[in-house]
Amino acid sequence: MSGQHSDRVVTEPFDDQLGTPFAPHSDETVATMLAAIGVDDIEDLFDIPSSVQFDGEFGIPSSSEQAVSRKLGDVLQTNDSAVSFLGRGHYQHAVPSLVDHLSLRSEFLTSYTQYQPEVSQGFLQALFEYQSLLVELTGLAVANCSMYDAATALGEAATLSQRARSIDGSRVLVPSYVRSEYRSILDNYVSGTDLTVDIIQTTEGMVDPDALSAQMDDDVAMVYVENPTVEGVIEEHLSTVGSLTDEHGALFCLGSDTVALSLLERPADVGADVVVGDASVLGLPASHGMGLGLFACREEFLRQVPGRLVGASTDEAGARTYTLTLQTREQHIRRERATSNICTNQAWIALRSAIHAGMLGPQGLLSLAEQCHRRAESLATEIDEFDGISAPARDCHHFREFVATVDSDAGDVATALQERGYIVHALDEDRLQICVTDANDHAVNGFLDAVSEVVV
Amino acid sequence: MIGDQRQALWNDAASDGHEPLLSEKDSTTVSTADSALPEGLTRDSVELPALSEPELARHYTRLSQMNYSIDTGPYPLGSCTMKYNPTFVEDIASRPAAATHPDQPEETVQGTLQVYHELQDYLGRIGGMDAVSLQPPAGAAGEFTGILVTRAYHEHNGEGDVRNEVVVPASAHGTNFASAALAGYDVVELPPAEDGRVDIEALQSAVGSETAALMLTNPNTLGLFERRIEEIADIVHDAGGLLYYDGANLNALLGRARPGDMGFDVMHYNVHKTFATPHGGGGPGAGPVGVTDELAPFLPAPRVRKMSDRATTNGAGDKIEYELFDPERSIGKVHGAMGNWLVLLKTHAYISRLGDEGLHDASAKAVLNANYLGAQIDLDIPFGPFHHEFVASAGDRDAADFAKAMLDHGVHPPTTKWPEIVSEALMTEPTEAESKRTLDQLATAFDAVQNADDETIDNAPTTTSARRIDQTEAARHPRLSWHALDD
Repeated sequence: MSGQHSDRVVTEPFDDQLGTPFAPHSDETVATMLAAIGVDDIEDLFDIPSSVQFDGEFGIPSSSEQAVSRKLGDVLQTNDSAVSFLGRGHYQHAVPSLVDHLSLRSEFLTSYTQYQPEVSQGFLQALFEYQSLLVELTGLAVANCSMYDAATALGEAATLSQRARSIDGSRVLVPSYVRSEYRSILDNYVSGTDLTVDIIQTTEGMVDPDALSAQMDDDVAMVYVENPTVEGVIEEHLSTVGSLTDEHGALFCLGSDTVALSLLERPADVGADVVVGDASVLGLPASHGMGLGLFACREEFLRQVPGRLVGASTDEAGARTYTLTLQTREQHIRRERATSNICTNQAWIALRSAIHAGMLGPQGLLSLAEQCHRRAESLATEIDEFDGISAPARDCHHFREFVATVDSDAGDVATALQERGYIVHALDEDRLQICVTDANDHAVNGFLDAVSEVVV
Repeated sequence: MIGDQRQALWNDAASDGHEPLLSEKDSTTVSTADSALPEGLTRDSVELPALSEPELARHYTRLSQMNYSIDTGPYPLGSCTMKYNPTFVEDIASRPAAATHPDQPEETVQGTLQVYHELQDYLGRIGGMDAVSLQPPAGAAGEFTGILVTRAYHEHNGEGDVRNEVVVPASAHGTNFASAALAGYDVVELPPAEDGRVDIEALQSAVGSETAALMLTNPNTLGLFERRIEEIADIVHDAGGLLYYDGANLNALLGRARPGDMGFDVMHYNVHKTFATPHGGGGPGAGPVGVTDELAPFLPAPRVRKMSDRATTNGAGDKIEYELFDPERSIGKVHGAMGNWLVLLKTHAYISRLGDEGLHDASAKAVLNANYLGAQIDLDIPFGPFHHEFVASAGDRDAADFAKAMLDHGVHPPTTKWPEIVSEALMTEPTEAESKRTLDQLATAFDAVQNADDETIDNAPTTTSARRIDQTEAARHPRLSWHALDD
């Protein structure tokens, strides 16, 4: 356990001659530099009034690289190694080794935002290709090169509805199934606008066309719907949502992800105006919810898009090149009138995601998506064989995950599964949610045995 | 560049560009007809490049060679703090045990929560703040969070409707303005005094009963320490406002001064700037927020705490030492989970490596390097004494042109044309990571460009993967995907 290590302070003073490992000057060099500046001591360069100088210690010991790696490794090892059957918006697919090896090339990893495009063509082209992937998957003409995650992308979509001249209303409608985190972020993002957020009631985990129709009026600015939903339901009424939003001059914002988009209805075909979601389903292993916010929209909203856009141009030699473009939308130029405050985004994960998608290719992407559907349905069918549990709880098509109902307390069932090395969601007293992908498929047999033991 | 060294340029006979787009190498359409799903629930087909693993390996390797990075050479972008990124932190972040799901029960992620807890604590000590949230996924998200906390505080005091202004110095980062506006505030711009610092009289007339906060970075974007910071804090606090610290320039102060001790109530940290997490060509970063005890109840949910009564065990017999909790009057969420976890893990590793001694030395060398470089170049630096960065003027030259010409000397140029208080600004921050030899190389590049003839400047850059790029064309005729390219 980590306790015995973390209590022991490992102080390994740095070499006096060379200073800290990442700030390399010998004492002689420092003296030469100070002489060139014309001061005697580095401390003379600081212009901090004594009343606010800090003379204390942080109490953080310096450690060798090996000691830090060992200590943090030990700490992380205290995480349970149980197999996760968790999903609900945070999904894991097997990431090929090449994604790590290429993305960790320091030319990519240690570069900054491409403010000097002439020396940053490589990253810009990769981001252009990432945007192209999203354009292909959504059918929408514009995709930015990332938001923080799915939830903040949803928040940004709502503020876009306020800026778009073609959109009037002041209400944002979100389905009852949205994660509380999404709702909370949405509330924060619209808090500086006149927008309010209302709930759409759903039936069997899907949009109820009649109920939505009754809620729609010209004061609705945006309707958000997920496909697949956070419960793994493949939505069957997208075109209806598209017609209703069109009729009432509201924005149709669809939540999805890059794997699901490869197979399920194309957003442009069902009338979606904006697509948000998580693109880190490709390229990023489970990272405690760290994500890659997907954001794509119709061309008419181009000038209102939040975040960075890479565009093609030509250079003086006439060659095709790439550059960040339409920067007058952004905070460093437009300041308080910018389309968003976002600056640093998730570009490196976009690179990883593009590499992963490239390795899958169209056939691989489609197969992965098809497996997300078939694995979930097949696991639900197998689970349904056991007494004490029935699955899927909803009569619909599923993607990656499904809800199951149990006769005994769902929390107790989840705890019992955890003791056997498997983690699932307990949604309430009666319902579990179970997610299966290529990342945990290898453990399905053991999982089924465990389920059969704990539900009876 | 020296001699005929050039940045890589890959010519492919099949393309007019440098390295063909993936879509120019292959385009394959695959139908969804074989799906088990009903036809009405699927798209028709998907059209994407189908390439082999070796082809992709070569594609991205070539792209990487057409990309400048901190491991390629100096990157003295002012206020961006592009310092060397130690590689050992990547090894830690890629450990399988770090690959946790945000919905895992607390007892199964004790290691993850311990890292969060220790980092909250470290950052609190470094900034002189009582409580820290690690949730904001970038600096600008940290600003937005800090401003939401500020607003919640005023609302709690019944002043939410009255205090509707945020005061921001003219030279502040663009995100300050945008973050305050996103939270619904009117932004009041504060003009600088002649010495480049906050104009105390202007501040006095700008703040009042409508002021929610003053956002400040210290040292400011000119590298100058706001000497009258305590007076500034008193003015803002006397008016009932809060003082917000933009952590972009914290690298200058590590171990020497702390925002909390200067009177700041809320701050964000930019971990890719101060704590060397790689910027990854535009992120991910992390923008933790620190606050005083008074503001702690408003921080985002959840935070992590160590159980006071030692470890307890749950029903399954697992030890629980660290737990999540929601602050009493939390503003809610600013990220879908708990922020950019892997970036935070790298931050912890960097701080643990340096410790007190290393952090204190980082600010010393950062300020030494900036002052040494400033002393080596001939350009006018109107404001001082500066710390970690200085703003030189390109004089008669256009700063953007000056920057392009520097590229031909194998170095990345400074931030240009900002802050506007210096005409044709070259905002330069070498960081502590550069050796004297590299600083001399940078100084040579500055001087060479200053003394270059107009033709050389106009033609620059010539040794880079791309020649000067037409920005107007890119914006007038946006082509944002390979679908939009005419063929």
